[in-house]
Amino acid sequence: MKKVWPILVVDDEEVMCESMAAWLREDGYRVDTAPNGQKAMELAKVTEYAICFIDLKMPGGMDGIETMMEIHRIHPEASIIIITAYATVDTAIQAMKEGAQEYIVKPCHPQEISMLVSRILKLKKLQSENAILRKKISRQYRHHDIITKNPRMEEILALTGEIASLRSTVLICGDSGTGKELIARAIHYSGLRAEKRFVSVSCAALTETLLESELFGHEKGAFTGAEGQTKGKFELADGGTIFLDEIGDISAKLQADLLRVLQERRFYRVGGTEEVSVDVRVIAATNKDLAEEARQGRFRDDLYYRINVIEIRIPPLRERREDVPLLAEHFVERIASELGKDITGISGGALKLLIDYDWPGNVRELENVIERAIVTSRNGMLVESDFTWLNQRSSNAESWEVPDVPLADLERRAIIAVLERKGGNVRDAAASLGIDRSTLYDKLKRYEIAH
Amino acid sequence: MKTVCVVAIGSVPAQVLDWVECVAVEWCPLPVRQLPALGLPEGAYDATRGQYQSVEIMKAVAGSKPSDAARILGVTEVDLAIPMLTFVFGQAQLDGPVAVLSLCRLRQEFYGLPGEESLLRERIAKEVLHELGHTFGLTHCGEPKCAMSLATHIGLVDNKDERYCAHCAQHLARRFASPDGEPL
Repeated sequence: MKKVWPILVVDDEEVMCESMAAWLREDGYRVDTAPNGQKAMELAKVTEYAICFIDLKMPGGMDGIETMMEIHRIHPEASIIIITAYATVDTAIQAMKEGAQEYIVKPCHPQEISMLVSRILKLKKLQSENAILRKKISRQYRHHDIITKNPRMEEILALTGEIASLRSTVLICGDSGTGKELIARAIHYSGLRAEKRFVSVSCAALTETLLESELFGHEKGAFTGAEGQTKGKFELADGGTIFLDEIGDISAKLQADLLRVLQERRFYRVGGTEEVSVDVRVIAATNKDLAEEARQGRFRDDLYYRINVIEIRIPPLRERREDVPLLAEHFVERIASELGKDITGISGGALKLLIDYDWPGNVRELENVIERAIVTSRNGMLVESDFTWLNQRSSNAESWEVPDVPLADLERRAIIAVLERKGGNVRDAAASLGIDRSTLYDKLKRYEIAH
Repeated sequence: MKTVCVVAIGSVPAQVLDWVECVAVEWCPLPVRQLPALGLPEGAYDATRGQYQSVEIMKAVAGSKPSDAARILGVTEVDLAIPMLTFVFGQAQLDGPVAVLSLCRLRQEFYGLPGEESLLRERIAKEVLHELGHTFGLTHCGEPKCAMSLATHIGLVDNKDERYCAHCAQHLARRFASPDGEPL
């Protein structure tokens, strides 16, 4: 590994440069030498040196400090070790103040240089691994890695790119399993906050008290079992993004608390008296019609408007059937590899069956269906028979004879039927039809239905 | 056929040079021979440090290399250093023809202890393997027992074995297996 780190030695004495370079080369490093600051700059423009040994005093032109500053301008990550024959506190302080990582007096014991180089490179290796991992995570959630050829989804992905670097709150709406969290992560990892945390909270999974403590943290003794101070998700996400899934399920009290955080970016830990300030981007998600929830008084409308700065509606899978083959093939490849099964693909017949299915559980359901088929399949390819159980499930669904009439007529008949069933109650009929009341009123007017 | 040459710089006991030759013969498939001793180059002495600049010694050794020598190892009793370091046990051109070895800090007497012939032989053997290993392209090895591991003090020399680890030995075997039998 050490051979990948190039080292530069800058000294006006040729014997110093060459002997030092030879000694470092014996250790396996790639070493270049420069007799002055100018030459060092030329070399630094073409090679990203991990470590630069620079002599403090070089006659004429740039001295060691100037050379260091110029190299730092080109490669801020380069570790500079200033070399001098005379140990003076002033020069040491100046070198360190200007950004030198170390300061050594020549001649020094071989062990000193050896340990210094290996310590710096060990740190660089860790930093490099860290950067690779971060990049890997970021790449995993970049918006162009979301699989789709559906125009609406493509619009959504373009939007996520545009809004990634803003701090505005985002509301992602969509049925369960449509990939709301994936979109939220894509926004986070494409923006300026990518280096910081993405913290996900499922609001529906916790009781009011637990959720409050989960979001805002608590002080020691705030409640039975609170043995020490604990940071909440908002604090953990400071500088990054908090993803509040199923936001429509939070209690009235938490709605009020959340509104305050969104307005003031400050809150109190449970049982705390000191305010905590945070810089967090909020991305919320829901599978409910939050506008209707607000109209019905079940969700604070001021919070709704505060959250709904940018709204993204993810279509259900049945409305983007062209994505089913792409997603199915992606899942086959990934899951077969994870499970160590030698399955190379999916047959045309099986794909047709998957395209025709309605996917009430959306992409998550498709993923689970593929996994089940891979586990039970005995062939090298998934075929129709691997999904027969899906057909049975589908045929069990309520079916009805569709008369040969215009769609608007069907809609009119459906509204009348539901209204009759609900005793003329528009609110209940709208809920049954899955539309909001104002939409139903519009339709009643358009179809001239008395109520 | 090319050879590996051993040359004394300044006065070096004949039995030490014979021992260096034996060690080289043991693992190197090329013929090994001794050359007449060289004088210590005048400009190599650094009076302020009381040491010899290893770069100057290397130059003198390189200048004496016969045309049939694939590698040449200079052996000296004087203490060697480079401007950056307080001392070096030896120095070599990585994958190049020249290497030097100082006996000064391999002797127990340097540390104020009585001389030990067998310990000196062990140390010389390890350092001959080390410096010649560099000339055949080996860099420092992470295995502390390997002759190619970096020794920054005498304790680390003593900790090594008089042999290469499997990885380094394999590298050398590949080098020596070149079609003409001459690992240049």
